[in-house]
Amino acid sequence: MGAWAWLIPLFPLAAYGILIACGRKLGDRSPLVAVGAMVLATLMALAVFLEQLGGAEPYVWRAVWAVGGDRVITAGYTVDRLSATMALMVTVVGTLIFLYSIGYMQGDPYYSRFFAFLSLFCAGMLTTVLANSFLVLLLGWEIIGLCSYLLIGFYFRRRSANMAQMKAFLTTRVGDTLMLVGILLLFAQFGTVDYQEIFEALVHGKAWSPAAVTLFGLPVPLAVLGALLVFGGPVGKSGQVPLHVWLPDAMEGPTPVSALIHAATMVAAGVYLVARTYPLFFYTPDHVALEAVAWVGAVTALLAAFMAVAQDDIKRILAYSTISQLGFMMAGLGVLGYTAGFFHLLTHAFFKALLFLGAGSVIHAVHTNNIKEMGGLWRKMPITFGTFLIGYLALAGIFPFAGFWSKDEILLEAYHRNAAVYWVLTAASFLTAFYMTRLVAHAFFGSFRGPAHPEPDPWLEEDYARAGVRNPHHGSHGHGSHAPVPHESPPVMTVPLVVLAVFSTGVGFLGAPGTGPEGGSWFHHFIEFEGFREVGIHAPGFSWPVALRGLGVALAGILVAWRMYGGRKRYSEQVRSWMPWLVTFLRNRMYFDAFYGWLFVRGGLALARLLRAFDTYVVDGLVNAVGYFTVLIARIDRIIDTYVVDGLVNLVGILTRWLGWILRYVQTGRAYNYILIATLGVVLIVVWTLWRL
Amino acid sequence: MIGLEHYLVSSALLFAAGLFAVLTRRNAVAILMGIELMLNAANINFVAFTKFVSPELVRGHIAALIVIALAACEAAVGLALVISAYRHLETVQVDEINLMKW
Repeated sequence: MGAWAWLIPLFPLAAYGILIACGRKLGDRSPLVAVGAMVLATLMALAVFLEQLGGAEPYVWRAVWAVGGDRVITAGYTVDRLSATMALMVTVVGTLIFLYSIGYMQGDPYYSRFFAFLSLFCAGMLTTVLANSFLVLLLGWEIIGLCSYLLIGFYFRRRSANMAQMKAFLTTRVGDTLMLVGILLLFAQFGTVDYQEIFEALVHGKAWSPAAVTLFGLPVPLAVLGALLVFGGPVGKSGQVPLHVWLPDAMEGPTPVSALIHAATMVAAGVYLVARTYPLFFYTPDHVALEAVAWVGAVTALLAAFMAVAQDDIKRILAYSTISQLGFMMAGLGVLGYTAGFFHLLTHAFFKALLFLGAGSVIHAVHTNNIKEMGGLWRKMPITFGTFLIGYLALAGIFPFAGFWSKDEILLEAYHRNAAVYWVLTAASFLTAFYMTRLVAHAFFGSFRGPAHPEPDPWLEEDYARAGVRNPHHGSHGHGSHAPVPHESPPVMTVPLVVLAVFSTGVGFLGAPGTGPEGGSWFHHFIEFEGFREVGIHAPGFSWPVALRGLGVALAGILVAWRMYGGRKRYSEQVRSWMPWLVTFLRNRMYFDAFYGWLFVRGGLALARLLRAFDTYVVDGLVNAVGYFTVLIARIDRIIDTYVVDGLVNLVGILTRWLGWILRYVQTGRAYNYILIATLGVVLIVVWTLWRL
Repeated sequence: MIGLEHYLVSSALLFAAGLFAVLTRRNAVAILMGIELMLNAANINFVAFTKFVSPELVRGHIAALIVIALAACEAAVGLALVISAYRHLETVQVDEINLMKW
């Protein structure tokens, strides 16, 4: 089956081509193409995964792409346990999100375009997953970047969406540029961009030359520099501090996009890349690159959890939660928890997709993102509530849901390898439980606080006219007009929720202790990093204290938040009045955005103004000086022309005329005058002749 | 005895009279008459030279006859021009016939 794995990204790509070419004709049938392609891709990925499960050897296919001198650049794909698992996760979650989108995006004027972009997104993601070299990876990576831009700005009428899409694209670009530099560094070092060749060179201890470079006066080993540069890409794509600012703003996109970006694809790509290129980080002196990854992850996990506490937008809370969980994954990978980090990526994909789709279902029902305007929804939307609750417990890390197992593993690895990171992550998981409880308490409990009849979108009519689609909300059966707000979502939206809820509950047991050989977990057995075995690093066994502490912290977070936001008596106002500065600080997202806005946006504008001034006064000045000089020369030239050249010409004319005035008196036109002169002449000649005689 | 000189002097006087008429008269007819006088002065010279230089040859006589014939033609053409000019311009004064003068 490995030999057919290239079909996996090709299905959604083909769907994209079809939808772009004849999406208008397909109209409401567009999702059939996209979902069909995704189902095929899922089956393909499942087949490939089952083959790997059956113990098949990793399969690598590569073909020569370009030859430059003695360096050959190949392109191809890799099928091993890591990529097969990832591909299966992406396709399964992707398919469910596609299904959900059928309902969520129903009646959007750009229905087929939405599915086209989603398909391209998945194609890019699967390319990234299956890539066998940094070059192919970059290809998929950039497709993901482009699609995220297109999808975040899908409601392109909204200025905030335009700003968000630009922010996302430019912010990730910072990381991508670093990664590109890193890839070029690797290419310069190893003469190849192929994963396998680079990793083999690393395993065999190929020395980097030069071994170290001096940056800002500090000697930096080139191996560390290369790893950290490549890590720049994941920092941007996976929203790690300090490049996390784009992710909350990316919530401007339609909710399925948020789910796809924040669960299965874009942000997962970064973590996956670190896992994929793990040798690059592992084979650095003292694993120092991994140490950096761990700390970036831990700081991200904590800061993002803090910021999530003070947000009111349901999707923004989930976005910060995603950033925080990605931090967990990075930290897990960083503390040598290769399997743990990847396992958390997997479980997180399911429950975060579930949470986002649940949030989408809620937004669909109440037409607002603000949790302060929701409330009491558990009675109105039982399925959404039930599934959301499962996702919530999984994210909070409550036994026996998926998040508990994966988070526990990360904490376990951190506990044994890096105590500081462990305590930071523990604090972050307390906050995770806290802010998620706050969200659930606000949205689903208490009484409904939103308006009964929300305002219709003013742009919608114009968009329908432009797209040439009839507005389905007109007439009697539109879902926006008849149902009392709020209401449960249609089955096409709730079924994916239920399926994801099942996954969110069950997937965790793959990582439960005792499911694999020697008391370890099955997942640990299935996916592990070969490098660990060679240097004798073993995964720490299940530890009751760590597990109970993790669970206890999560429960504490839930209880504290429930005391503050949930019960009859609310303590939130009281707590807020204790430390208003903290609330302001967190509400303003720790001033990251403001700082970037000040430094980069304002700075960029100031620089632009400076350059404009340079343009206006120096460049334009030069051009104008040339112009003025030319005009000056022309003026002088004109004077010479007028007085010298024209003067000469006129002089000839004047002379001629003057001569004519004089000579005209000779030409009397009277014959007798001529005769007289002739006679006189004859007389003169005669006299002269006689005189001579 | 009348000699050649007498003829030549009278011929010269006649020529001068004709020339004077041509130069001073404004009347076209008078100018034509002056031209006739000069032609006749030439004729006198022809005949006189024939008589005193080579009487056996009659070449001068013949030349004189040709000049008389030409004079007749010239008078005919000249007078026709004068009449034509008079008909158009109602004048025979040559200084008034100045249509083509600048």
